[in-house]
Amino acid sequence: MTEQSPPRLPEPRVAPSVAPSTNSHLEIAELTRNFGTQAVLKGVNLSVAKGGTTAIVGPSGSGKTTLLRLIAGFEHPATGSISLNGKKVAGDGAWVPAHKRHIGYVAQDGALFPHLTVAKNVAFGLDQANLDGGRRAVADRVRELLEMVSLDPDMAKRRPHQLSGGQQQRVALARALAREPELMLLDEPFSALDAGLRVATRRAVAKVLNQAGVTTILVTHDQAEALSFADQVAVMRGGKLAQIGNPFVVYTRPADRATAEFLGDAVILDAWMEGSLATCSLGGIPVRRPPAQGRVQLMLRPEQIRIAEDGPIRGVVVETDYFGPETTVRLKLAVPPELASGADHRYPGGGEVITIRHWNASLARPGMELCLRVVGEGVAFPSES
Amino acid sequence: MLIALFSLVPLGYVVYMTVATGWDAAVELIFRPRVLELLLNTLLLMAFTVPLCLLLGVAGAWLVERTGLRGARIWAVLLAAPLAIPAFVNSYGWVSAVPSLGGLGSGVLIATLSYFPLVYIPAAATLSRLDPAIEQSAAALGLGAWRTFFRVVLPQLRIAMTGGALLVGLHLLAEYGAFAMIRFDTFTTAIMVQYQSTFNGAAGNMLASVLVFFCLLLLLAEVRSRGNARYARIGSGAQAKALRLPLRGYQVPAQLFLLALTALALGLPLFFVLRWTVAGGADIWAADEFLPALLTTLGYGLAGAVATTAVAFPMAYLAVRHPGWFSKSLELSNYVTSSLPGIVVGLAFVTVSIRVVPGIYQTAGVLVAAYVLLFLPRALVNLRAGLAQAPKELDEAAQALGKPPLLSFIQVTLRLTAPAAAGGAALVFLAIANELTATLLLSPNGTRTLATEFWSKSSEIDYAGAAPYALLMILLSAPMTYLLFQQSKKVAGQ
Repeated sequence: MTEQSPPRLPEPRVAPSVAPSTNSHLEIAELTRNFGTQAVLKGVNLSVAKGGTTAIVGPSGSGKTTLLRLIAGFEHPATGSISLNGKKVAGDGAWVPAHKRHIGYVAQDGALFPHLTVAKNVAFGLDQANLDGGRRAVADRVRELLEMVSLDPDMAKRRPHQLSGGQQQRVALARALAREPELMLLDEPFSALDAGLRVATRRAVAKVLNQAGVTTILVTHDQAEALSFADQVAVMRGGKLAQIGNPFVVYTRPADRATAEFLGDAVILDAWMEGSLATCSLGGIPVRRPPAQGRVQLMLRPEQIRIAEDGPIRGVVVETDYFGPETTVRLKLAVPPELASGADHRYPGGGEVITIRHWNASLARPGMELCLRVVGEGVAFPSES
Repeated sequence: MLIALFSLVPLGYVVYMTVATGWDAAVELIFRPRVLELLLNTLLLMAFTVPLCLLLGVAGAWLVERTGLRGARIWAVLLAAPLAIPAFVNSYGWVSAVPSLGGLGSGVLIATLSYFPLVYIPAAATLSRLDPAIEQSAAALGLGAWRTFFRVVLPQLRIAMTGGALLVGLHLLAEYGAFAMIRFDTFTTAIMVQYQSTFNGAAGNMLASVLVFFCLLLLLAEVRSRGNARYARIGSGAQAKALRLPLRGYQVPAQLFLLALTALALGLPLFFVLRWTVAGGADIWAADEFLPALLTTLGYGLAGAVATTAVAFPMAYLAVRHPGWFSKSLELSNYVTSSLPGIVVGLAFVTVSIRVVPGIYQTAGVLVAAYVLLFLPRALVNLRAGLAQAPKELDEAAQALGKPPLLSFIQVTLRLTAPAAAGGAALVFLAIANELTATLLLSPNGTRTLATEFWSKSSEIDYAGAAPYALLMILLSAPMTYLLFQQSKKVAGQ
């Protein structure tokens, strides 16, 4: 009856996309930017590989949109530099204006020109003189681009206000793709869409960009969007990049507690680190690279904690929330008997309330005692006190 | 920066003149029986006219927007229409009807009929935009229709009412023609008399500074009473349709009330303009007088509209794209100046052009500059709304698509602002077409516009000869009134 649900953790990808800087498309070094006396960017370093997809994720006000606008060339940095294909476009006396950077840019609301039809919006950046066949070639190209973003070519005659939000975003993408940019900048392009449409549009956009082989930078405050869209995630906090890595790494091995909690639900427990084993209310948990010995904070993802048939680790159900496919269960952890005996006086845990997820709702009732086990490794952070 | 300094010329002039006259002389000129009489006249005029305009304007707006009034859509336009008749034409109509008209009572009558739409238009716009859910909540809390109106609707009309009252007050202070025609003396008519007899006497200047003092007082009173109040709709989603109160037995009295109001404000002046036109026959359409006046008016209107829009664009751009203390002070200084009566702006320009740059006195350029100062807000309001429709993001999108900044500015920002700019320019054009006071003071010798020609004919009691000019001014004003009416609905929605 209590068979185990399949492991929820994805397998790590073999090759993270953090490429050596010699092969990088975009190179940002020590970039800063101030608004008045307020420092918005405090020294950002980022390298994006050619054809790679990078998501810059962070809470609102962290400076991620400012970073994107600096890359686009809408703003000047205070210090630091930006290079595209090894050529400086900003900083150290260099300046290439936005219209000469060969970038694509899709804004949060699409920023379609309200006075132009869909076709004219898409064709806005096309230079008719540079296309063989003139007007005819432009029309063909527009149709091709609309098909690329899965829009009916009949929409070409419509005005932006006659389109739904998702359609507007696709037109904005087609318009940005028209000039075949090497670097595509997406500023929260999905956040104005409702949940169902958001996933579908995101998937379609990712597919188009992937096929076109365009280097892409996505700015978002939605960590799930960042993790699913990109092969490199850069977590931004307080004007700095707190961590850069592939989605699996930043999610399972966040650099600090704030990053851990921003990227998803986290169970944080006081623990005692000895060698590579952290002892806490959930027993002994292996930690790959412990930052310190002795007292630490241990982070586990809720889905790593499973309900077991039997075992020494126990918790009492405090309350449950039923969500259909899964139930979140709040548990008050007991002190494991071998620790409670007082053998290890340095052990700091016991009695914490944690939240786990489980697929079977009927298992848990408030007051019920459950046995628990932990899958995989934990991450330890230096203790805050 | 230049514009800001330029727009402070009239105010600076008044201050300078007061100082130059010397304190004792100024006190002597200001505190004398004649000034007291003018003060009493002006204050009494305001004390009666402003409340009457508020009453008529709000009652009309409420009937049109919130009751089951029959033909509400037609009444909505008819109640705004008296604005198309310049006050001095209205006065002309009334003097034609009752030649013995004069004094405070007739001043109040004509001013009220001319200016109540200034309250009606914003009040109607606000009423049509008020969230009926708030009234429904009041009803759910047990308030009847009357108590809902006084405790919920009327407070929300406060901004519209104080704004309308301010406009009425400023118009009362500034109006020359309407009161001169019925021989009712206010500060403005007295300044004009002084100007005509002594050209640039200290007495006239002192009267002007008293007048400016009252204008500033009104502005201050409006700002204070408006405070920080904002009645924005909270929450999203589509707004429910407004509830209309069935009039039942009051339908006939309501119709009669509106009929009487529009007959007096609109019908009477129109009737007499037409009657004089018919009575005058073919003689009054003398092409050698009439055509030049029309062409001059069109020329000044066009030049003024273009100049005003050109000046307003950078101001609007600064205010929308780079808001800060500079754009704010620019707007404020212009706001104050444009509230000054045409006669003060005119006097200031006469003095400055004679004393500082003698070469430009009585040139067309000075007159156009005065128009720019007087009518800048009309262009500004439109341009600001237009620029708000062309956000910076669109400009940036165009640049990301490879357009150089100047080209993207032209193709996107200018293109998107063009309709609003044209609307603003049209309003300025039509306002210039009806301007009398500043034009009388500043126009080059021998210049004849529709307004000045009408004025000189009707001053010589040649009522028939004046009629065609009045008719043309009304025809030109009709679209302006419609534009203002439409604009007010948009502004109230922001």
